Amino acid sequence: MLAAPMRVALFVPCYVDQLWPRVGLAAASVLERQGVEVAFPEEQTCCGQPMSNAGCADAAAPLARRFLEIFSGYDAVVCPSGSCTSMVRNHYEGYLAGRPGFDALRRSTYELCEFLVDVLGVKTLEGAYPHKVGLHQSCHGLRELRLGTPSERIVSPRTSKVAGLLGTLRGIELVPLARADECCGFGGTFAVAEEAVSCLMGKDRLADHARAGAEIVTGTDVSCLMHLEGLARRDGVALRFKHVAEVMSEATA
Amino acid sequence: VSGVPPPGAAAGRDHPERAAAFVANEARARWHDQALWYVREKRDRAATLVPDWELLRAVAAAIRAHTQGRLADYLEEFERNAVARGAKVHWARDAAEHNEIVHRILAGHGVRRVAKSKSMLTEECGLNPYLEARGIEVVDTDLGERIVQLAGEPPSHIIFPAIHRKREEIGELFHAKLGTPAGLADPKALTEAARGHLRERFMTADAGMTGVNFAVAETGGIVVCTNEGNADMGTHLPRLHVACMGVEKVVPTLADLAVFVRLLARSATGQPVTTYTSHFHGPVEGGELHVVILDGGRARLLADPRFRRSLTCIRCGACMNTCPVYRRSGGYSYGYVVPGPIGSLLGAARDPVGNASLPFASTLCGSCDDVCPVKVDLHHELLLRRADLAERRIVPASKRLGMSVLSWILARRWAYELAGALARFALRTLPRGVLYSRWNAWGRRRELPAPPEESFRQAWRRTRGARRG
Repeated sequence: MLAAPMRVALFVPCYVDQLWPRVGLAAASVLERQGVEVAFPEEQTCCGQPMSNAGCADAAAPLARRFLEIFSGYDAVVCPSGSCTSMVRNHYEGYLAGRPGFDALRRSTYELCEFLVDVLGVKTLEGAYPHKVGLHQSCHGLRELRLGTPSERIVSPRTSKVAGLLGTLRGIELVPLARADECCGFGGTFAVAEEAVSCLMGKDRLADHARAGAEIVTGTDVSCLMHLEGLARRDGVALRFKHVAEVMSEATA
Repeated sequence: VSGVPPPGAAAGRDHPERAAAFVANEARARWHDQALWYVREKRDRAATLVPDWELLRAVAAAIRAHTQGRLADYLEEFERNAVARGAKVHWARDAAEHNEIVHRILAGHGVRRVAKSKSMLTEECGLNPYLEARGIEVVDTDLGERIVQLAGEPPSHIIFPAIHRKREEIGELFHAKLGTPAGLADPKALTEAARGHLRERFMTADAGMTGVNFAVAETGGIVVCTNEGNADMGTHLPRLHVACMGVEKVVPTLADLAVFVRLLARSATGQPVTTYTSHFHGPVEGGELHVVILDGGRARLLADPRFRRSLTCIRCGACMNTCPVYRRSGGYSYGYVVPGPIGSLLGAARDPVGNASLPFASTLCGSCDDVCPVKVDLHHELLLRRADLAERRIVPASKRLGMSVLSWILARRWAYELAGALARFALRTLPRGVLYSRWNAWGRRRELPAPPEESFRQAWRRTRGARRG
């Protein structure tokens, strides 16, 4: 055990804060159960990814600078989103390179599952989750954070930090998908700008999870789940959607 | 085909519109997706059989980076050695100069009919219509290329030019153009019919044209990879061979070539190697070999550190096969000669205004980066190109203004909290007819999220605020 509890700042993506508060609460409870002291810096708003991905660097830059100020000084910054974590780790360079504290911030910012595995060294999770679960591997977590081995990478062993953690819950069945890590089509503004392709991609993911017999679709990013959930609800597809933090916190509840 | 418009073509002026037209036929879009996913899976299996595939990719990327750094030297070395082997080397600044050079060579030999094996570069230059307007018939001899040529369409994929066509449609096309029996849809029979038709063209061509997969600096030889042997058929009979290549095709040595040959077919089709890997070292006896080397904006791309890695592409098409957008939106949705992730980069480099929607035709899922045999950072370059377009004010002002307003709100906690509360209030109270009006692209096929009563921060303050301040 650690001598003093780690002081972790919870970085809650803007859309999670506003639309999916239960995911933020679940993430906090998962962390606290591991003996971590969780703070929520209330000045935080958004990391700037929507502007950055739209190409609007001028609009993203002030948010990156703000983020650095707000989240400096913690042992770690933990976020229940691979995509927003990747924004800080992989895409802040252009906005913050050379600023005091930036390298430390970048090194200490983690997606929730990778924080549990890589920093806290969690090997198994307590609790039971007797459900058939489909894991949606959100692309930025998978390929920009390398939370797992993407299907197109020819390496062994093939790993997944997320599946590795979830798989230790008693009674959980992670169902095999025909396409293990195909993009769901959310893609930020892509979801709206390329609405037709986005929705077809999402429907194809739903069909894959349904064929595999999943009851619940989980993933590291609510953005993807929000898109899939919206499609499923419109089309009457009987799948439920839960963020990995919810699965982990409900399992032990 | 005859009467059937190419799906997705000419259906709009930017990628979203053209993609929507292709996707409107869900069954067809899914069939297209599945056909290319099959190729992606074949590629995975083929790559798995190579020990240290990822190391091979890294070596290839390093060779490409090294070559780029001394591109002019290697091109001159290639030229010296090619000339020593009896080839004639021509340098073309742009497509117009390229076409003039090719036409001058052909016209100088009184050529009336050319048998041309697949070359995306001649597509890029619009060579076929240029020559045909000057009385020279061009017969594309690659089966897929011949299909789209007969249909009057451009290729929709750089490796599988007619991938967007079902075999029944090809049967219909061959019935109309080659006189095959109506209703013939058996791929083997259709291929036989095309072979017979092409054989006669091969026999009567006055010149052969090919693209170039690789030009080897140390030997002065050029390498053409095909599965149908059509490059050989087209160049063996006539005394004149014209090969067209971009400046990026040069590799330093034969040992380097071996690295790319191991990667190319596995990445492209999942074959260990193409059926034919044809090496041309100088002209056939009594004949002429001309190599036309095109810049066509490549030097400009090379000069830009943000985008130069896209110039190392070896045109295997793996990024198309893995791209979840390309697989569903079809090649024509890109409106550029090379589609998919690499095409979006090259298209936006060539004509940033005309192809402004292409860098946004991606979810930035990053799968393309991981399949690319030469490790082009495709999805990162797409992101950089978006920033480049915004900086040059090619991204619409409305979008830039919208992002600025959003940034202003998000930079102020009070404005952000107020906007969030208003949005949740609107989601809870506005009638469905208003929420799901025409402007709501999200809601066309998707439900909006069910809004919670309170935000995370409100819940946190309520439940933890007292404890943690």
